Amino acid sequence: MGRKLLTEHINVEGIDTFEVYRKHGGYRSVEKALKTMTPDEVVEEVKKSGLRGRGGAGFPTGMKWSFLAKPEGVPRYLVCNADESEPGTFKDRQLMSKLPHLLVEGMITSSYALGANTSYIYIRGELLYVLRILEKAIAEAYAAGFLGKNILGSGYDLDLFVHPGGGAYICGEETALLESLEGKRGNPRNKPPFPAVQGLYARPTVVNNVESIAAVPVIVNDGGEEYAKIGVGRSTGTKLFSACGHLNKPGIYEIELGLPVEEFIYSDEYCGGIWKGRDLKAVVAGGSSVPILPKELILKTAAGEPRLMSYESLSDGGFVTGTMLGSGGFIAMDETTCIVRNTWSFSRFYHHESCGQCSPCREGTGWLEKVLHRLEHGHGHMEDIDLLVSVAKQIEGNTICPLGEAAAWPVAAAVRHFRDEFEWHVTHAKEAAKPGAVYQGKSVLV
Amino acid sequence: METTSVKPQFSEAAKAEIERICKQYPTERRKSALLPVLHIAQAEFGGWVSPEVQDLVAEVIGIKPIEVYEVSSFYTMFNLKPVGKHVLEICRTGPCMLRGSDELTAHLERITGAKVNGATSPDGLFTLKEVECLAACGFAPIVQVREKYYEQLDTPAAVDAMLTDLRNQVHRPALPWEETGLPNALANN
Repeated sequence: MGRKLLTEHINVEGIDTFEVYRKHGGYRSVEKALKTMTPDEVVEEVKKSGLRGRGGAGFPTGMKWSFLAKPEGVPRYLVCNADESEPGTFKDRQLMSKLPHLLVEGMITSSYALGANTSYIYIRGELLYVLRILEKAIAEAYAAGFLGKNILGSGYDLDLFVHPGGGAYICGEETALLESLEGKRGNPRNKPPFPAVQGLYARPTVVNNVESIAAVPVIVNDGGEEYAKIGVGRSTGTKLFSACGHLNKPGIYEIELGLPVEEFIYSDEYCGGIWKGRDLKAVVAGGSSVPILPKELILKTAAGEPRLMSYESLSDGGFVTGTMLGSGGFIAMDETTCIVRNTWSFSRFYHHESCGQCSPCREGTGWLEKVLHRLEHGHGHMEDIDLLVSVAKQIEGNTICPLGEAAAWPVAAAVRHFRDEFEWHVTHAKEAAKPGAVYQGKSVLV
Repeated sequence: METTSVKPQFSEAAKAEIERICKQYPTERRKSALLPVLHIAQAEFGGWVSPEVQDLVAEVIGIKPIEVYEVSSFYTMFNLKPVGKHVLEICRTGPCMLRGSDELTAHLERITGAKVNGATSPDGLFTLKEVECLAACGFAPIVQVREKYYEQLDTPAAVDAMLTDLRNQVHRPALPWEETGLPNALANN
């Protein structure tokens, strides 16, 4: 049984209240940081912890913090990215609604480390009910003296606010998020300048995912070195995985990084195997943007080693035989799943969510969706399969933000690993177009 | 231009909430309050934001109407046309599709008489809107109605329970800054 650093008390009755959260050791990191540490010492602990951004990119959090520009007399901001919208990912919603004070505590300690006196939590608009939960927690923290002026007599001031989005996946991209927070359309900005120099209101800004911020209290309490002892290699600490699709026990699981994928899928402690006694066909391991892998390659690497739930092991084999840890949105598909239909659904998502600024993404995602639609509905041609790969290639690297890649990668990977299933959709078009029709052949691995 | 329609007005409770929200941003950055205020407007004025309501939003924030239009048309949560008493936002993305969202949508069309992304049900109660991932994939399939998620709607009984729950709502549920649900919000349908 792995250690639970974030979710140990998630099922304690009343843990969403200040009183109960405090009784279970809550807000200790604020006391420790504000009373015994300088802001730089807090940054140093986060660096030592090896914590990597939990939103999907996996960039070291401590390093991101150290890039923050600190010109004299200019306010700087910490903005929490709670715009969780990557298909397959639903960890932050659970964390915020059940443990709101954990995020509030993390925001206070992190804001202190960065020298921010005003911080925002940008939450996706669909989660207005979670915004209410967070606002209640924030009000309790103000009342207890953990927010506002002169927190715990330290001389440090902090105001914390929650801001709702309006329904746009693109606002999970940090510069689109900042545009949105300024009351504009969520169009990603050209970089440089990076947010660390010119972010919210053109001020130096750090944007961090909910889960990254939530990991800061334990790092400050126990020390970065202790945190780094958990996990495997450069994948330190614990990570929340949100498991969904055809599993017996979908849900949110906090695991120590390095757990074998096979154990995660089949053990009763985690997902409990594939539903209805069926066989596993494929997995999208880190949210819809990462390459899909067939069963054989998600359980074992191309070299035959057991695949582990870590940044390095999941990306072993690059995009030829590997994938990415991403956001931890783990989507399992059973043997009755039509890969073409599923890929079409993801492409429809990216087409819908493209902000439209860059033509390769705006047009390319539309092409992907339309070509996949005709393949799935029995009107495809053999050339369409290579056309998909070609469109995906033309999007990749040619856009302001990574939504382009996020749309291209899943399509390229689906064709790479399941080409015969795509071909079957052309050679057996009528049969393939029937609702529920599934290719029964064996998929080519590489 | 002379107009016969009555200019919409926010309730006193909503006005107070809007002022509270505007104070969260630097004084010269009131535009930041646009998305939260649009949410309030949509809740106050029957589940959608008409051009007149958007003009009102511009007025209370102190920005140009075009700045509201370009934002309301970008974000999918804002309904720009009249809707039924309840807008059912059905998630259609991959993980929900894997657990039956297509079947759920077809079922909802059948029993409500509404068309997905189209006509409201003949009784005026339900508008069906397909949306992308709602971040609740482990509890699929999902429907969102205002601030509530209805999860695991994979059986007719679960769908019936949701519809019964909605049919029994005379007024929309009160928001935290309101004493009670606003009768005007649902009565205009």
